[in-house]
Amino acid sequence: MAHGPATLADGWGKYISRWVFTTNHKDIGTLYLWFSFAMFIMGGAFAMIIRAELFQPGMQLIKPEFFNQMTTMHGLVMVFGAIMPAFVGLANWLIPMMIGAPDMALPRMNNLSFWILPFAFAILTSTLFMEGGGPNFGWTFYAPLSTTYAPDTVNYFIFGVHIMGASSIMGSINIIATVMNMRAPGMTYMKMPLFVWTWVITAFLLVAVMPVLAGAVTMMLMDINFGTSFFDAAGGGDPVLFQHIFWFFGHPEVYIIILPAFGVVSQIIPTFSRKPLFGYSSMVYATAAIAFLSFVVWAHHMFTVGMPIAGELYFMYATMLIAVPTGVKVFNWITTMYRGSLTFETPMLFSIAFVILFTFGGFTGMMLSIAAADMQYHDTYFVVAHFHYVMVAGAVFSGTAAVYYWLPKWCGRMYDETMGKVQFWIAFIGFNITFMPQHFLGLAGMPRRYADYGLQFADWNMVSSIGAFMYGGAQILFLFNVIRTIGWGKPTDDPKVWEGAEGLEWTLPTPAPYHTFATPPKIK
Amino acid sequence: MLKRAQALFLRLLSPVIALAIAGNVSAESATRQLNMPQGVTEVSQAAYDIHMIMMWICTVIGVAVFGFMFYVMYAHRKSRGAVAANFHENHVVELIWTIVPALILIVMAIPATTALLKVYDTENADIDIKVTGYQWKWQYEYIGEGVKYMSELRTSQDEIYGRAPKGEHYLREVTEPLVIPTGKKVRFLITGNDVIHSWWVPDFGVKRDAVPGLFTAAWAKTDVPGTYVGECTELCGIGHAFMPVVVEVKEEADYNEWLAGKKAEAAEYASTIGKEWTFDELMVRGEEVYERSCAGCHQSDGNGITGVFPALKDSPIALGAKEGHIAVLIDGVAGTSMQSFADQLSEVDIAAVVHYERNAWGNDVGDITQPIDVLNYKQGQ
Repeated sequence: MAHGPATLADGWGKYISRWVFTTNHKDIGTLYLWFSFAMFIMGGAFAMIIRAELFQPGMQLIKPEFFNQMTTMHGLVMVFGAIMPAFVGLANWLIPMMIGAPDMALPRMNNLSFWILPFAFAILTSTLFMEGGGPNFGWTFYAPLSTTYAPDTVNYFIFGVHIMGASSIMGSINIIATVMNMRAPGMTYMKMPLFVWTWVITAFLLVAVMPVLAGAVTMMLMDINFGTSFFDAAGGGDPVLFQHIFWFFGHPEVYIIILPAFGVVSQIIPTFSRKPLFGYSSMVYATAAIAFLSFVVWAHHMFTVGMPIAGELYFMYATMLIAVPTGVKVFNWITTMYRGSLTFETPMLFSIAFVILFTFGGFTGMMLSIAAADMQYHDTYFVVAHFHYVMVAGAVFSGTAAVYYWLPKWCGRMYDETMGKVQFWIAFIGFNITFMPQHFLGLAGMPRRYADYGLQFADWNMVSSIGAFMYGGAQILFLFNVIRTIGWGKPTDDPKVWEGAEGLEWTLPTPAPYHTFATPPKIK
Repeated sequence: MLKRAQALFLRLLSPVIALAIAGNVSAESATRQLNMPQGVTEVSQAAYDIHMIMMWICTVIGVAVFGFMFYVMYAHRKSRGAVAANFHENHVVELIWTIVPALILIVMAIPATTALLKVYDTENADIDIKVTGYQWKWQYEYIGEGVKYMSELRTSQDEIYGRAPKGEHYLREVTEPLVIPTGKKVRFLITGNDVIHSWWVPDFGVKRDAVPGLFTAAWAKTDVPGTYVGECTELCGIGHAFMPVVVEVKEEADYNEWLAGKKAEAAEYASTIGKEWTFDELMVRGEEVYERSCAGCHQSDGNGITGVFPALKDSPIALGAKEGHIAVLIDGVAGTSMQSFADQLSEVDIAAVVHYERNAWGNDVGDITQPIDVLNYKQGQ
């Protein structure tokens, strides 16, 4: 290797410069992953505040005003700060190694797209300490609550969202450019690992919808500061227009979050089944179908807004269709396991939990697609439970699985398997204690984003809060296990790490050198 | 200490216990409902039916899929000596599990469509009621009857903040419920005044967003008298959790009597408006109105919330001229969340609350604001 990265031994100055100016995909991947974990802890802390307040009926710890800021910030930080950067981090680390490329196609832009993120979140969270407080209108920021009726700090929120959007777009362009141009000779599209496929499709979704989000917040900015009335009925605008624009971004956004998770699970399950992924090409087509459908179903978030019945019917039918390609994926994962030779290391445990709990969230999603029933579910805890099953047990579980799966390759040390399994079981049980009762709460009539509730909801809320603290505790264990592995884990230099692992990244030495595939590998 | 721990333990277990004694139909277990209510209208029944159909379909598919998965996880584990096969494709199976779910969906779409048509069947109503969402209360207007009133949370701030024990109907009680008769098709025309709210009565299967500048329609017809409680289901600011919906369904004769009473009330009110109120009468009524309509933002102690809702204690408006103070309530403050209360509070209530704000928490103006002052201001506009 020509030169290695600066380490602490070279002095703090050089060490810090390395991370600030780095154009190395592995360094940037690491930065993304640590940043996202920091955001995950922060968003988690907000969730703990929410659950502590909801532990009992009545306002005990915080006021409704701050409660609304917490629900809003929890959503924004988790979606834009924790989950999305986590998968971008994985993409940075893994895509070049998986397609036999030396680095990302646009390394300097890669650096930029990461380093503007901390500023975006510094701007966003600083509002919590300002007069008027942080954003308090929900992560969906429906106008006019987020325009005419918002605190002045909403302008910081808008600026923050713009920066995040720019970061995401740059990250996606980079991934598209890398995959299109930098595959090793012989690495045809239909030979790419599924993680790469899901990310390319995700990147196209991002490039398509982040500008729509930017448009929505710009229109808000105009309404608030420059006297326009896009979303103000009194000036001839329409608050419902905001929802259409938001969800035209928002629905693809939820698939942006889940598709890379599909990719991760599609790498891990074959490894621990010691058997190739079943139905590779149908997996690719199913992913593309889900991505396409994500553009044409947005108004199922708006069934109660008073759309004409033709609109309701169309969006209901289109939404139900999503079950078909999603079902294909689930069946493929299970058939991959069928007649395999299964072992249950931590990444596999998280992946299996992903399949079960994500599918469960898919079932409630199917129920939600039925407009007449959605009139009862809409904006209740049933919806909260649904999207936490797909976001937490979906995206977060698969992210955790990914870290355990590839961490030994990245740092050349094994994590503590027992601790990993303990973490898994605490997280799995805690998660279900938290969110399963929320289905009951929602069906019994508890709306979401409620700072306080009637006595009839007291019991399940208490159970849910206890589960949440448990799940939160599991994350501390996760952090501890990762740090312990990097610092003091048992060294390993087995390139494959896992007996059943297949793919180019496992042909590289362990730990992965700073520069890899300077000459492209030969693909059979 | 041990007692407290024991009590906590029992509280934690109580949902489990409630499940165990679910057969026992006491009021207690009715509050621990787990499923969607069947409700009392055709629409709520339709929603419940399609919900149950979907749930059973999902349960059957779930049991089959997860059952197979658990079998695989048990039978094909390496520790039991399983050796991996090497197949990775089977077009026939893949085609089957694409087509079969699609067929199931098509079958499901039929009842789903029928149910939705029922929801949208808002024509030929007997009674029209306009429902307007305000931050944070509901206004009900019986179109063509000249009856219009606000319905606000009755639970006190003291109960919410734990300074008083919580009543049985905590957050489920309002000053005046919506009243509708049995056996009549009632159409709700729903809109919002400031931000978007959402009007939900689970037992009617009615949930519609209350969007400013837009009317949406929903309907209910029921034969079961009773009190039905619902909620606001669209985030609308700090009072979102504190604007319940309460609907009372009365037999037709009782409803007519009630409606006649409401009309008489309106006529009677017109005669009290000229009455001269005393300082203390106004303070008592003013405090009531303040707690209900103002304390959510400006807080019970008049200190507001820094940076969001201004303090009224020592505020130049409360200490300044009476007319200026009345103007804020009647006209609102443009570009802020201080809305106009002209349609929401009666002249008497506005006078009382202005009087209260000028003479409470150490604000010591000492003057008296009479309803006639408010009326004069309104007529002078």
